[in-house]
Amino acid sequence: MLKDITLGQYFPGNTLLHRLDPRTKLVLTLVYIVALFVAKNYISYAVMLAFLITSVLVSKVKPRALFKGLKPIMVIIIITAILNLFYTDGNVLVRFWVFKITDAGIKSAVFMALRIAMLIMGTFLLTYTTSPIDLTDGLEKLLGPLKKIKIPVHELAMMMSIALRFIPTLIEETDKIMSAQKARGADFETGNIFERARAMLPLLVPLFVSAFRRADELAVAMESRCYHGGEGRTKMKQLKMKRGDYVGLTTGALLLTCVITLASFGL
Amino acid sequence: MKDKDIIVTENLRYSYVSDVSKRELALDGISLNIKEGSFVAVLGHNGSGKSTLAKHLNAILLPEGGKVYVAGMDSSDEKLVLEIRRQVGMVFQNPDNQLVANVVEEDVAFGPENLGIEPSEIRRRVDEALKLVGMYEFRNHAPHLLSGGQKQRVAIAGIIAMRPRCIVLDEPTAMLDPVGRAEVIKTIHDLNRNQGITVVLITHHMAETVDADRLIIMQDGKIVADGKPSEVFSRVEEIKSYGLDVPDTTELIYELNKEGFNLPLEALSVEECAQAIYAVFS
Repeated sequence: MLKDITLGQYFPGNTLLHRLDPRTKLVLTLVYIVALFVAKNYISYAVMLAFLITSVLVSKVKPRALFKGLKPIMVIIIITAILNLFYTDGNVLVRFWVFKITDAGIKSAVFMALRIAMLIMGTFLLTYTTSPIDLTDGLEKLLGPLKKIKIPVHELAMMMSIALRFIPTLIEETDKIMSAQKARGADFETGNIFERARAMLPLLVPLFVSAFRRADELAVAMESRCYHGGEGRTKMKQLKMKRGDYVGLTTGALLLTCVITLASFGL
Repeated sequence: MKDKDIIVTENLRYSYVSDVSKRELALDGISLNIKEGSFVAVLGHNGSGKSTLAKHLNAILLPEGGKVYVAGMDSSDEKLVLEIRRQVGMVFQNPDNQLVANVVEEDVAFGPENLGIEPSEIRRRVDEALKLVGMYEFRNHAPHLLSGGQKQRVAIAGIIAMRPRCIVLDEPTAMLDPVGRAEVIKTIHDLNRNQGITVVLITHHMAETVDADRLIIMQDGKIVADGKPSEVFSRVEEIKSYGLDVPDTTELIYELNKEGFNLPLEALSVEECAQAIYAVFS
């Protein structure tokens, strides 16, 4: 049951989107997010949607996988939409008790829901088409200049990639401890939320103890493999910008310009 | 085989602080020379100090008293630590807790990357190391999807890619099933034979020590027996007094001898043992 958790899940593939440099994809995602928040009207939303759909088609990621990513935040989307629906002023269409629905309310509710959904789907597309290790490499390279102001970029990237490496291991371990506790009569499924949270305690304590033990062993293993921080370290796989990356970045720039222009005309 | 010593320890002592006031002596005057290219097994049960000894061989622990020299370098010299660790690689018990990366080949590249080697050279070493341990076709797999034996072979490849002269394995098979255990033991024997890499295998499975060039038995932080496996195991009563077992073949001959036969206790392999018994009964 814990195995099908989707956290930074990567679908291997060899499409144009998979082959893009992770830095390009990170920048593009950032541009896409900024553009989403700049977009204010039908035309710019149509442009954004077209961009997202094209990217999904190119990546050959199944749309179902993207929608699956939406499920956990469905509640947030619905609440945001409802709040927007009732609390936006405009021409009143329906009124009952203290609530009123306006035409502007409907518009902003739909836009808000779309914006969050597209935001999530866009970022999921990034993690679906980029392996975690590429992602951390890309981040490390992109944030590289921050090293000058004493931000430990290499260490952060290393921590992130180790965290990703240990997620499946710790999930497996959680499953094992859960079974062991169940076999001794622990009950994780019934009771109210407080009772269930209490039931988690005998699960979390051994998990933490073992995580610390693992961390200690890993540190010794890394040291004995000559790890001594980021200084003087090389990388087997060098990131290289190719033609596709420049095309991708240009597309991103065009998208942003387009949306900003549309917004400035108030369309 | 060169006759030079790759590792020398002189009267090595080390103790752990277990309580506020109590110090437990883990190593009590270990003096040892390990010849380059040899296969040395260290046997002993929990608390005998064998893991503590292993951690001294690549400067993870520093001696409290005495000295450790790796290829002539003093391990207590801080400037030499990286070079010592490059020359003496270490494989640990739990394969899960020594793999760093999400992809097999990235993990093997971790050591060479730390050494600041050219990317194209790392690529070559990684491919070579993975081929040597027979894991080349798994180079793009995620480590958590491999079996224990496969993970441990990846960990060994990660060490080989640093081109060490010696590998110290600290109970590398303790968490593996019999198949994985056999895979790992075969891999390290191949590396020793074909690549000339010195192997120090620390274990509590006596069966894994039978094919070693030299067997060292540790008890309470001291070396209590040191010699060819066939010699060491022929001292059956002494071995048993350390709470260790002898191989099945030795046990069989020992029991037969108690019944009045006169068989050679040095017949360690199944083949030799069968020959010896056959010679008596025919």
